[in-house]
Amino acid sequence: MAFLDKHKIIEKNATLLLVLSFLVVTIGGLVQIVPLFYLQNTIETVQGMRPYTPLELAGRDIFIREGCYVCHSQMIRPMRDEVERYGHYSLAAESEYDHPFQWGSKRTGPDLARVGGKYSNSWHVDHLSNPQVIVPESVMPKYAFLATTPIDPQYMAQEMSTHRMVGVPYTDDEITNAKADFAAQDNPDGDSTGLIARYGNKVTVANFDGQPELTEMDALVAYLQMLGTLVDFSTFTPDASR
Amino acid sequence: MAKPIKEDPKDKVGTTGHSWDGIEELNNPLPRWWVWVFYLCILYALGYAIAYPAWPLIHGATPGLLHASTRLDVEKDIKAFDEMNAPIKAKLVAADLTAIEGDASLKAYALDAGKSIFATNCAPCHGAGAAGVQGKGYPNLLDNDWLYGGAIDAIHTTVTHGVRNTVDPEARNVGIYMPAWSDKATGALADVATAKLTDEQVGQAVNYVLKISGQTADEAKATAGTQIFTDNCAACHNPDGKGNRDMGSPNLTDAIWLYGGDEATLTQTIKFGRGGVMPSWGYAPEGSKPRLTEDEIRAVAVYVHSLGGGE
Repeated sequence: MAFLDKHKIIEKNATLLLVLSFLVVTIGGLVQIVPLFYLQNTIETVQGMRPYTPLELAGRDIFIREGCYVCHSQMIRPMRDEVERYGHYSLAAESEYDHPFQWGSKRTGPDLARVGGKYSNSWHVDHLSNPQVIVPESVMPKYAFLATTPIDPQYMAQEMSTHRMVGVPYTDDEITNAKADFAAQDNPDGDSTGLIARYGNKVTVANFDGQPELTEMDALVAYLQMLGTLVDFSTFTPDASR
Repeated sequence: MAKPIKEDPKDKVGTTGHSWDGIEELNNPLPRWWVWVFYLCILYALGYAIAYPAWPLIHGATPGLLHASTRLDVEKDIKAFDEMNAPIKAKLVAADLTAIEGDASLKAYALDAGKSIFATNCAPCHGAGAAGVQGKGYPNLLDNDWLYGGAIDAIHTTVTHGVRNTVDPEARNVGIYMPAWSDKATGALADVATAKLTDEQVGQAVNYVLKISGQTADEAKATAGTQIFTDNCAACHNPDGKGNRDMGSPNLTDAIWLYGGDEATLTQTIKFGRGGVMPSWGYAPEGSKPRLTEDEIRAVAVYVHSLGGGE
C-alpha cells in the first residue's frame, strides 16, 4: 500500500519520527490547554482574593513542610454532603495565589479549605500542641515544638519576590514592608495600619499563640485562620452552569 | 509422538512479509471480541462527546445534550432538601424559643439537626459527647454548671454571638477577662487588673479559694486571703465566690473547674489570667456569611439544652 510505504519513511528515520511525534503531542496539548486561558467558564473572577500576608505565607510554608496536605485536603467538592459539612464548595480562584496549590487528595483529617475563623486561636494552639487532649479519638501527630521554635522573617521579602515571579501580584510596597508586616500581624497592641492598608481589613491581627515572641505556631495559626475567609460569599453568587 | 503438521498456517493467513533470518511473521487477525470492543469504545466516545461537555469552541465548550454540570447538580440537590425542610425551618425560627421543646415535631427535628450541627461545629472544642475538655477551658455542657446560663435563650445567645471573640460586637464578655494579678505579669490581661499582687498575696488568695471550694487549705494563708478576695475577686466572683452569670465568672465553691482547681493551676490562673474564646456562629462581619443560620443555631441550642444540664 502506497500510504503505508510512505509511513515507512517516518518509521525508519528516528529524528523525523521524533519531530513529527512532538508536533502531534503539541497539537493535542494546545487543544487541551489553550481554551482554559480564554474560555469564560474556566476563568472565574471573584471578589476578595488577595495575596497572603508575610506571616500567612510563612505559615503556609510550615503547612507544606510538615506535610499537612498528606492528611488534610483544601478542596471542598461540589457535593451536598461536603457543602453541608465544610461550607461552600471550593472555587478555582481560591487557589489563585497558591504555588503550589494545597488541594490534597486524601482526608485522614477533615478538609481545611474553610477552617478559618471556625475555632479560636487558643484552640488551634492547644490542638496543634497535643491533638489528643482536645479530641481524644484523633490520630493527628503532636506539633508542640512549633510553639517553641522561633521564626525569623529574614527571607520573607525574597520569598515574596519569588512568588511574584510566578504570578502573585505582590507590590514593591508589600515586599519592602515584609518584615514589618510579619511582626505587625502578631501584635494586636501595635500599629497594624500599614498591614491593613496593604492587605485589607479582613486580615486577622492577633497574638496567635499567646506568647510574646514570634514562633512558627503564630505563623501556622495565622495561615489556618485565613483559610477560606477571603471570598465574600454574602455577595458572591457562583454561576452554577460553569 | 508429535502430531505431524498437516497444514502450514502460513497458507491460511499469509505473512506480513516481514522476515528475519528466515523466521516469518504470520498475519493473524486480531481476535473478534477485541475488534468489537475497540469499535464500541469509539462509538461510546462519540456518544459521550455529544451528550457531555466536550469540545472547546470560541466562547465556551460545547455543553452537550445532557447539559451536565456538577455545580448545577449540587445546587439542585441542596435546593431539593432546602425546600423539603423549609416549612419546619420556618416554624422553628418563628417559634418562641421556650416553646420549641413542647412541640413534638419541632423538638424531633431540632434534636436531629442539632446533633449533626454539634458534631460538625461544636465537637472539636466541647467534645463529641459534649463533655468539654477538662482543665483546658472548654466547658462541659452536660452538667448543671453554666457560665452564662443554661436556659434555652441563654444558650441561644451564647451560640449566636460567642464569647470574647474579636469579630462579633455582641459577643459575651468583650473586654472582660480574668485579669493577670501577678505583679510580674505583663500584657493585655495584666492591664485589666485593678491591683498588683505579690506571689505571697497570690498564694493567700489561692488558699482562700481552696478553702471555699472545700479542699484542704493552709488555714493561716486562707484567712489572710479573705481580704484579698473581698478587695479584688468579689466584684466578679461575688462575695460568696459563687460567680456571676452576667460576667461569665465561674462558681468557685463547687468541684467543677474550667482550668483546674488544684493549687498549681489556681496559682497560674490568678497570676496570669484567663480569657477563653468562643467563635461567633451567627454574626458575620462585613464581607462574609455567618457560619450557621438562625434555624441551625436554634436547633443546636435545643440539642445542647436537651443534654442534661438545660435549665
